[in-house]
Amino acid sequence: MSDNINQVPTMAEMTAKGESPEVLFWVGCAGSFDDRYKKVTLAFIKILNKVGISYAVLGEEETCTGDPARRAGNEFLFQMQAIANIQVLDGYNVKKIVTACPHCFNTLKNEYPELGGNYEVIHHSTFLQQLINEGKVGLKGGGEFKGKKITYHDSCYLGRANNIYDAPREVLEALDAELVEMKRCRTKGLCCGAGGAQMFKDAEPGDKEVNIERTEEALETGANIIAAGCPFCMTMMRDGVKTKEKEDSVEVMDLAELIAKNEGL
Amino acid sequence: MEFLPQIAFLIIVATASFFLYKRITQIRKNIFLGKPAGRTDNTYERWKTMLLVAFGQQKMFKRIVPAFLHLLIYTGFLVINLEVLEFVIDGLAGTHRIFAPYLGDFYTVLINIFEFLSVAVLFSCFAFLIRRNVMKVKRFSGEEMRKWPTLDANLILVIEIILMFAILTMNATDSLIQGQDDHYAQTGTFFFSSFLIPLFEGMSVSTLIFVERFAWWFHIIGILGFAIYVTYSKHLHIAMAFPNTWYSNLEQKGKIENMPVVTNEVKMMLGMPTEGVNEPPAEIARFGAKDVNDLSWVNIMNAYSCTECGRCTSQCPANMTGKKLSPRKIMMATRDRAEEVGASLAKGGKGLEDGKSLLGDFIIKEEINACTSCNACVEACPINIDPLSIILEMRRYVSMEESAAPASWNGMFQNIETSFSPWKFAPTDRFNWAQDLKKES
Repeated sequence: MSDNINQVPTMAEMTAKGESPEVLFWVGCAGSFDDRYKKVTLAFIKILNKVGISYAVLGEEETCTGDPARRAGNEFLFQMQAIANIQVLDGYNVKKIVTACPHCFNTLKNEYPELGGNYEVIHHSTFLQQLINEGKVGLKGGGEFKGKKITYHDSCYLGRANNIYDAPREVLEALDAELVEMKRCRTKGLCCGAGGAQMFKDAEPGDKEVNIERTEEALETGANIIAAGCPFCMTMMRDGVKTKEKEDSVEVMDLAELIAKNEGL
Repeated sequence: MEFLPQIAFLIIVATASFFLYKRITQIRKNIFLGKPAGRTDNTYERWKTMLLVAFGQQKMFKRIVPAFLHLLIYTGFLVINLEVLEFVIDGLAGTHRIFAPYLGDFYTVLINIFEFLSVAVLFSCFAFLIRRNVMKVKRFSGEEMRKWPTLDANLILVIEIILMFAILTMNATDSLIQGQDDHYAQTGTFFFSSFLIPLFEGMSVSTLIFVERFAWWFHIIGILGFAIYVTYSKHLHIAMAFPNTWYSNLEQKGKIENMPVVTNEVKMMLGMPTEGVNEPPAEIARFGAKDVNDLSWVNIMNAYSCTECGRCTSQCPANMTGKKLSPRKIMMATRDRAEEVGASLAKGGKGLEDGKSLLGDFIIKEEINACTSCNACVEACPINIDPLSIILEMRRYVSMEESAAPASWNGMFQNIETSFSPWKFAPTDRFNWAQDLKKES
């Protein structure tokens, strides 16, 4: 499968061939449609292909997990989505799911079981950490990021929501860069402002945007790269960096992109 | 006449207990305005959480200065109250320091420990008054803290200071009386209160006894009065922190509670087998929460446990960027509404049917719409209060009962319904990214 680094197997194709992949890559709506986050999807696919893991995606059969609907209060719509998705996942006998979206991750992992969907769900930060630990991707002396300062922005849905703080940091440590923490990090990490369906509406009246507050904190660290592990955080932090007119000196990048770049992919 | 003080004591304790009992019963009723919550599973984990978080003050120590000051008051509260046992026995039996002869030197040690803690409590209370009124620590202010909440906080500290002075005065005068009146047992030297002795030296024995008795009665009546006051105050956390942490949410914080009623309806719509649907649905009240009775009783208990410290609000991204939302206010409003409804029902009034509701009259949509569900408030609370679940229940009400979610959210709902993504893209374009990848090769 790793013959062609740019191939993307779908569940439908594999099932037709009588194969069942080890893990399903849940791409998510942002990973499928958002121009910036599609690059994260591609980076992660390249890593999957490179290490030769047996995986597949749902392609056109994937739909929204329902996370924003539930958080905006529309429980009916959430459950319609969830139950339909569970039918598809169970139809393919999916056991393990990896996703690059903490919101999809949280919903699939914590909220689908009560509706009958039981899968082992892991976020791509944990998945990448495992690949590093297994030595499948990893350190290259004098790599791409040597001497650069990276700060990691905790996604609320990974951190406080699911207690995942170390995996993304361990991934970054593999880059041989200098990891600098923001004032508010880990359990005290400040939200990017997009969670709880805020991504899909304007902020309520106030005197500042949350993403600006967070971006200022990230810039204070003097980091060249703001690392993120969430499509919403990515959007908010990029907007913040743009507003602060720092896009020439500071990049917002996903963990998978950093690893892919380090691997020369 | 000889038994007059004992009778008076008995009447005072009985009266205080009666009012306390009435108040506790009322609060219990107010809390159980809420719906059942379950949360009786995993008792091992629950006891452990209570021991660590409430008894062990685990989460307080994220902020070391207030944690240390609070620890002094907390330890003082737990330990000094042991002395109340002696107060009660003395009061009822007409004895004086009944344990002194039995415990001998150990009694002296004990009282010195109590005195040390009294001084520690005094120190902390003064430090807290300074933090609130001189340093004006930001989290103690805010829209919802005007008037009563600020007065309440200061009153608690002042009352505690007065009570501690009463103990020290009592001990100082007691030391002077010893040897001059047979009723007063020899106890050895009390270290901390001896610093107050110069104030009373030169007074006649009868004056000293008057001062000592006054301090004794003041302290015990003060404690009983304070106990009743606490039930009307934010200070109720001294009791509620324990059950509140026992009934903590033990699930991952990111998980939102499921609505089984909705599951049944969705499954019926999809023609799937459902569980227990043949029975008529148990009176479906409302989707989500409009008033306190739509919340779970744990939500309301949370509100009664809140000591308004503002750690939640100070960590809230919406609040720190000037939005109306304050998680502390959500909890205070919930308690106010539960009190209002409970008081009305107790008088045979309209209760929930008074034309008011929690959402609308106490909390407005602009507040709940500002929440990013980031869980910073939940994480920050030293006793595991969960303002987020109240906010989400209210959003459910607005979205499902009123169909009045913000317009952009309604648009997002529509996108999910028609194109299975919160953004308006053709579902058939979902896999186009793979084409981009192939182009690269």
